[in-house]
Amino acid sequence: MSTLNTRFTEITAPSARLAPDATRAAEERRPSVVGAVCTAQWREIARNRWVLAYAVVLVLLTEALFRMGGSGARALTSLLNLVLLLVPLVTSVFGVVYWHASREFTELLLAQPVPRRSLWWGLYLGLLVPLAGAFAVGITLPLLWHGALDAESLPLWSLYLTVGGALTAVFGAVALWIGVRYDDRLRGLGLMLGLWFLAAVAYDGFVIWMATAFSDWPLENPMLAAMAANPIDLARTALVLRLDSAALLGYTGAVLARSLGGATGLLVTGFGLAVWIALPVWLAVRAFQRKDF
Amino acid sequence: MIADGGSVFSLLIAGLFSSLQPAVPARATGAPPAVAADSLVVVSPSGPVRRITDALARVAPRGRVRVEAGVYREPTIVVDRMVVLDGAPGAVLDGEGERAIMVVSADSVTIRGLTFRNTGGSHVEDRAALRVFDAYDCVIEDNRFEATFFALMLQRVDGCFVRRNTMRGMVGTQSGTANGVHLWTSANVLVEDNDITGHRDGIYFEFAKHAIARRNTVSESLRYGLHFMFSDSCRYEANRFEANRSGVAVMYAKYVTVIGNVFARNRGSAAYGLLLKDINDSDVRDNVFSDNTVGLFLEGSNRNRVQDNRFEANGWALRLLADAQDNRVEGNAFARNLFDVGTNSRNHYSVIRANHWDRYRGYDLDRDGTGDVPHAPVRLFALVVERAPAALVLVRSLVADALDLAERVAPVLTPATLVDQAPLMRRPSFPAIEAGHRPASQAARATAMAATPEDRP
Repeated sequence: MSTLNTRFTEITAPSARLAPDATRAAEERRPSVVGAVCTAQWREIARNRWVLAYAVVLVLLTEALFRMGGSGARALTSLLNLVLLLVPLVTSVFGVVYWHASREFTELLLAQPVPRRSLWWGLYLGLLVPLAGAFAVGITLPLLWHGALDAESLPLWSLYLTVGGALTAVFGAVALWIGVRYDDRLRGLGLMLGLWFLAAVAYDGFVIWMATAFSDWPLENPMLAAMAANPIDLARTALVLRLDSAALLGYTGAVLARSLGGATGLLVTGFGLAVWIALPVWLAVRAFQRKDF
Repeated sequence: MIADGGSVFSLLIAGLFSSLQPAVPARATGAPPAVAADSLVVVSPSGPVRRITDALARVAPRGRVRVEAGVYREPTIVVDRMVVLDGAPGAVLDGEGERAIMVVSADSVTIRGLTFRNTGGSHVEDRAALRVFDAYDCVIEDNRFEATFFALMLQRVDGCFVRRNTMRGMVGTQSGTANGVHLWTSANVLVEDNDITGHRDGIYFEFAKHAIARRNTVSESLRYGLHFMFSDSCRYEANRFEANRSGVAVMYAKYVTVIGNVFARNRGSAAYGLLLKDINDSDVRDNVFSDNTVGLFLEGSNRNRVQDNRFEANGWALRLLADAQDNRVEGNAFARNLFDVGTNSRNHYSVIRANHWDRYRGYDLDRDGTGDVPHAPVRLFALVVERAPAALVLVRSLVADALDLAERVAPVLTPATLVDQAPLMRRPSFPAIEAGHRPASQAARATAMAATPEDRP
């Protein structure tokens, strides 16, 4: 409880010390609430050994790929499935646990004159920033000390950071949404893991089954839609199109490249991922605002 | 020198390997000796003889026409006698976009150092900048062809040398352009050290026998870098075929040797590094296939030996259809390909043995250099993609890997017989490839480029 009190004081203290009209002005500066909550959570999480462990594991895995694989671009290629599976998984589990761990803190703050929307954004960014930061550090450090961050691997590296950050944002928002919806911690966690499994594994199995079952039809465009309808697949397609020259993939590759390759492809992918972040954020904010704590 | 017509063949075969060729082939010594005054005629834009056609009318058999620098625009030039046409740097023959430039119908003609350009296209005639037909013994060397429909067309020739020519096709579509070196119903032709870019097919052989193409560089063809059909017993050596729109496709031939070539960056939905269709009893050896959509494709091709090639970073390294039988795939190295081997059936009738696979995960307890566990190079995901190409969107996904893993643990779907029983543990070295063919061909190209006119009017 001591931590909780400290955090509470940090956030409420400034306005308490101010004159009434100044308090009103401070309340109107809503971003400061987001900032304050986010910072408080960041301090809490940054000390959290799980985030640290996440970063260390990523460093170790990237390092291992370097030792086995060789050059920077090739190590980044091998990193593909790791990023696409590990990042959503860790974010999902950590996000739900985080929500429940912050519950008392959240309820305490809800008793204060703090807009719910700002509070939610503070919580969300407080989850997002440390996790995305750990990811960025985890894959960047080995690149740096191997001196592999050259012109060849730089675009790929930045794409990895973007995609990893986007996946953290998507699954972080989903986790917070699940957290709000299910007060039972275990149920929430189970559901979240189920969602992760669906998006990361089962969905692709279904797509492959569809592709074989309907192989007599022209499936390129439905397949494109299927890739866009899953953030993990969208992220993977964006990366694959840059890892392997799409032309090597024959006709399907050409169709993919036409829609998701090149500069327009980046825009399309970016837009798709943005939609995928916006949707759970909207759901989570709505649920948070309506929830009777 | 060998002097009778019957020995021309042996002379030429010897010439293929010595690359020493007399300026005027010593054939037909029965002809009367040339009159001194006419044995050399000089054509120049400002001289007494201003047209090549006039010079040819004057020159004695076995004489020489020297073409000085300048642009020559005249009706299609007909070379109907044994002669050497020698272009000075800057000698340009212009077809003005509307005609073939030169036709050779005599034996033992040498065309050297000329620039042919601007024939324009035609769908009515086979318009070629330089066409040689019904002739023995021609030598076409150090010429430059620019914006030509067909650059060089050889019809029913025997014993010709085509070397160190530079060919730049005209801008156009696949159907609006034509071939660089086009060889039809001919034998004993050597095509070497040419640099061909932007034609429909860079080199095209049809009904050719005992022809050799070597050390040529063919790139950015609108269709195939090399295309041959019905051309038995030909040899393709140390060529480089790069970034051709549909790669290289060869069909309906036997006893073909494809050795030491590089097939690179031929990408597209219908691009093949090397496509073999109905090619039998042939050798594909010491080649490098890299960065192609499909490296080597065998369809209806039987009893071929695919040996000691390197397959690197292709989409599909090798596609071996079930109607290709009794081929031997041995001693090749596969690395960094998306799919090492693709096939269309559970049955197959070729031998794949003692290759090196970077995907191989076996071990070698008895230390004999070959793995103790057989390697199945066909991924299950490759089979799925074969049946449903759209599934390719899932390449590099966890599910694709899981399929492959499941298949490795319990193989039920991949072709049971398509297995390398003795995979190599170490990547073989390729002395033949690494010794390479670079220096000679680069030097030759430098020479050819130097011979091109600097001052184009």
